[in-house]
Amino acid sequence: MSLSLPFGGIGPSDEVWSVTQLATSVKRLIESVPALWVRGEVVAVKVWSSGHWYFDLRDASCRVKCTMWRMYAQRAGPPPEDGTEVFVLARPGLYEAKGEFQLQVTRIIPTAAVGQQQRELERVKARLEQDGLFDAARKRRLPHYADTIAVVTSTDGAAIRDIVTVIRKRWPCARLLVVNARVQGDGAVETLARALRLVNRIPSVDLCIVGRGGGGREDLAAFNSEVVCRALAEVRVPTISAVGHETDVSLTDWVADARAATPSAAAEMACPDRREVARQLDDWAGRLASGLSGRTRLAAERLARTGDRLQAGVQSAVERRRRLLDRLGAQLDALSPLGILDRGYAVPVGSHGRVLKRRAEFVPGEPFRLRVADGDVGARVEPV
Amino acid sequence: MSTIAEELARLEEIVRQLEADDVDLDAALALFEDGVRRLRAARERLTTAELTVQSVLEEAKGDLRMTDLDD
Repeated sequence: MSLSLPFGGIGPSDEVWSVTQLATSVKRLIESVPALWVRGEVVAVKVWSSGHWYFDLRDASCRVKCTMWRMYAQRAGPPPEDGTEVFVLARPGLYEAKGEFQLQVTRIIPTAAVGQQQRELERVKARLEQDGLFDAARKRRLPHYADTIAVVTSTDGAAIRDIVTVIRKRWPCARLLVVNARVQGDGAVETLARALRLVNRIPSVDLCIVGRGGGGREDLAAFNSEVVCRALAEVRVPTISAVGHETDVSLTDWVADARAATPSAAAEMACPDRREVARQLDDWAGRLASGLSGRTRLAAERLARTGDRLQAGVQSAVERRRRLLDRLGAQLDALSPLGILDRGYAVPVGSHGRVLKRRAEFVPGEPFRLRVADGDVGARVEPV
Repeated sequence: MSTIAEELARLEEIVRQLEADDVDLDAALALFEDGVRRLRAARERLTTAELTVQSVLEEAKGDLRMTDLDD
């Protein structure tokens, strides 16, 4: 038989939490939610002398408490007025002492400012486009084998470390020249533009990479600036823009000759892989060898052909001369009296060896000789 | 010293010249020797090269100065 307790069904085996245990557990659960942007209307703003800000964020049906610590508040400009619509970047949290759910805000941007920023971005984009800075026709090809590569970025940033790592592995024959610039916050636009202009004064630069690692949308803002874009367009060597992560696109990406998704990707575009170049060298070595042997074979063949022609030439000359001799010989034969005798004529020769040409030279009864083709025949003049 | 880019471009040109129809034997031999020498040098360069990383600074007078950058 079981014993029934009087307190609403709680049993000895049921686990009972302390308030602290519960709060700690819920806090852990809530704080596992990553930082996110929340949109709402700011109300009940309190600025404490410590520099921390407290306010509520609400919409039509809900409301949540927000805390913005001094280190974030002092970077955020003047505190928002009640009723301002804002975006806040915040992590959900729990204030255990009061059991209050709240947002720990690190950034606050009036939505109107974002709209304004967007409109300004569109204006800059339109101007650059009108001036032809995005034209495909002005895109230059990146060099195959860059020797000196200028990198405009922060010397303290992640981007330069990534670029150095990639290029050291792929193309250590290169020389990297880093021109330091602030890549976010105050002075970023000016130092980036100055660094880009400085690249034009470095002798024998083959390529210029400008960029930075990932960051918030506002951290990348300098790369949307008109001044930076125009300075980039005036860099006299091919350029690669590498700003943020894969999904980030900035105006420098459109102005540069090539856009890389990340600084590491820019480094890969900037130089060949030395293993590929080594293979190219092997290929050339093979072509040099076959080129030379082809050339020698060709020369040998040509020599042989020349020899043949020479021989043929001599032969035909000899032949020609022989035929000429034959013909001349035949003409000579034709001209010789012996040749005429051959055709059946005979020559009368008198006793003195003179050729008898006229009737008067023949004395009746006198002997004379008839010379025919193969010798002489005796004859005597008879009265006709 | 010429840049590796110049060296590789010259090599490619030598290969093309040697493969062309109108090169005579003497020229072919000279090209071949030059090519082999350059190939050897380029291979050497590829295997022994060490990346130089320098920071470019602009001095007060506007002169540029390069300093090695530790990474």
